[in-house]
Amino acid sequence: MSVLVGNDTRLIIQGITGTEGSFHGSQIQEYGTNLVGGVTPGKGGQEALGVPVFNSVTDAKTATDCNTSVIFVPPAFAANAIIEAAEAGMDLIICITEGIPAADMVKVNHTIKNLSTRLVGPNCPGVISPGKAKVGIMPGFIHQEGSIGVVSRSGTLTYEAVHQLVAAGLGQSTSVGIGGDPIIGTTFIDMLSLFSEDDETEGIVLIGEIGGTAEEEAAQWVIDNNLQKPVVAFIAGQTAPPGRRMGHAGAIIAGGKGTASEKVAALKAAGITVVSSPADIGKTMAEAINTK
Amino acid sequence: MKIHEYQAKELLRKNNVSVPDGIIAFSLAEALAAYDKLNVKTAVVKAQIHAGGRGKGGGVKLVHSRDEVKNVAKQILGMTLVTHQTGPEGKEVQRILIESGVDISRELYAGIVLDRAERKFVFMVSSEGGVEIEKVAAETPEKIIKEWIDPEKGLTADQARNLAIALEMTGTQIDSAVDIFLAVWTVFIQYDCTLMEINPLVVTADNRVMALDAKMNFDDNGLFRHKELLDYKDESEEDPAELEASKFQLNYIKLDGNVGCMVNGAGLAMGTMDIIKLYGGEPANFLDVGGVANAETVANGFKIILSDPNVKSILINIFGGIVRCDRVAQGVIDAMDTVNVSIPVVVRLEGTNAKEAAELLEKSSLEFLVATSLADAAEKAVAAVTGGAQ
Repeated sequence: MSVLVGNDTRLIIQGITGTEGSFHGSQIQEYGTNLVGGVTPGKGGQEALGVPVFNSVTDAKTATDCNTSVIFVPPAFAANAIIEAAEAGMDLIICITEGIPAADMVKVNHTIKNLSTRLVGPNCPGVISPGKAKVGIMPGFIHQEGSIGVVSRSGTLTYEAVHQLVAAGLGQSTSVGIGGDPIIGTTFIDMLSLFSEDDETEGIVLIGEIGGTAEEEAAQWVIDNNLQKPVVAFIAGQTAPPGRRMGHAGAIIAGGKGTASEKVAALKAAGITVVSSPADIGKTMAEAINTK
Repeated sequence: MKIHEYQAKELLRKNNVSVPDGIIAFSLAEALAAYDKLNVKTAVVKAQIHAGGRGKGGGVKLVHSRDEVKNVAKQILGMTLVTHQTGPEGKEVQRILIESGVDISRELYAGIVLDRAERKFVFMVSSEGGVEIEKVAAETPEKIIKEWIDPEKGLTADQARNLAIALEMTGTQIDSAVDIFLAVWTVFIQYDCTLMEINPLVVTADNRVMALDAKMNFDDNGLFRHKELLDYKDESEEDPAELEASKFQLNYIKLDGNVGCMVNGAGLAMGTMDIIKLYGGEPANFLDVGGVANAETVANGFKIILSDPNVKSILINIFGGIVRCDRVAQGVIDAMDTVNVSIPVVVRLEGTNAKEAAELLEKSSLEFLVATSLADAAEKAVAAVTGGAQ
């Protein structure tokens, strides 16, 4: 098994005719993901990447029975694209778009919370279940099928971690970038819960960063649910100055809150192995798996 | 994006939030003209910089005569104001706000922030006005009263009333406060704010409720729909190198160390800073060159990093995914042709075509230190500062 995406994924791309959508769409197809269609309002009836283009997600759903959508539309239209996909009944929505206003995401989360849909992102690299399906912008070939679940707020730092895991002989069940924005859909807790229930996942890598309290909440969840699988964590931004946004909209120490040291302390208190060097993620996970 | 107090008050005034009469001045003559125009005896001279703690730093003074205005304005204009938020180097004061004095009976706090865990905006008030809210939150959290705002309904009149009553307001004060809270929320959501603080919110001796100070931060991601706010931008408040970097679409933050770094991706950039520190060095900056690390972006990155004279070595850490490492390597080589780099450069390229990239770097006549892993890169970059690797 893997989580979120796999052999059952029937994917559409919202924004399939745009530069990003068509470039990454072709990479997604090359990886072997089952791409069944795309959506660009006003371009319904055309074809892109060898699949039909529809005017709306509802049209796409009717024609293709798609269950997953990946969003590449510009920030000004992305919030509505997410809501459209949720209301059309997508099981999973992965929003890659960076730069969506926080107030829009507050509205999106409020609107979709009672719908049976899961949102990953925005401002994220997406989700990959190696050997099965890639729904995102990550380089597929660096991954390897295996038993480690990876969840991260970052993009390239996740690739770094995956690279180290593979070098240490560990493949991944699923690797998920949950996004670097202050308001996101799927959280660390959601992923810990999914990975804990997934038979194939034997260990979990969690990559957090400064800003917010998502890592602290994850630590509390691990305690409350007595998670038995080993977790190795790294928190980026130990050297970040307070009050500055470190690239990601959500990576900021505000009012003295959201520091790396607070997060590290909370994770350690939950029995999680926290590495202080981002170069040690792979080998530490290997040690944790081998001594289990 | 941050703006000045007087600009925030201008936005509030336009939206019917009661604020003291005030006029901005860029010179002594303008300050005196402002005082004359206000036509009051007691006024306040307030330094306008994008940092809090101005009063404690000597940037806010009460004046009672034209002569006093003259003395105080002379003193504050051009001074280097040091507060807990400016850092030890302080900030030069270029603008002062001249404001009518207000007879205060109570000092309170009102603010709106994004509650990330609840995924909602939250309106907060406190009877502890005029002090830092972080301090109140840490020491007496029970004195902060919160109302989470429904994204569909916005702040309701009922919620606003609850907040006013929690502040122990009475009689007409309640209606005034309700009007202010609702108006403040309207401004907040209309302009995509990420933070708004009215500290203090005051009740005057003649029973009016008024915003005596105002702090507003805007969501950079929302600015595309508020072009008018860009007029409020004060570039003198920004670090010159950071301003320059933003013109190249580079995300750069200057730090105090001497190991410069250039990385693709914000998370990996932070991780690279952290590992430099772990190996005994001090990162000189945060720099995310984004998804496309080509000759042009790398060259611009070099220029920005080298504008900091403290930098003694540079670490380039690129994880090539869809961007091929050999292309990045060629970009680095080409950039070194156009920019004169006289300090050691450590290059670590990993991912797609990493081997070909390493060969390209080795073959070039330029003196790169090629690193084989993240740890190796950090070690080499730190050693280069102390001369160990050269």
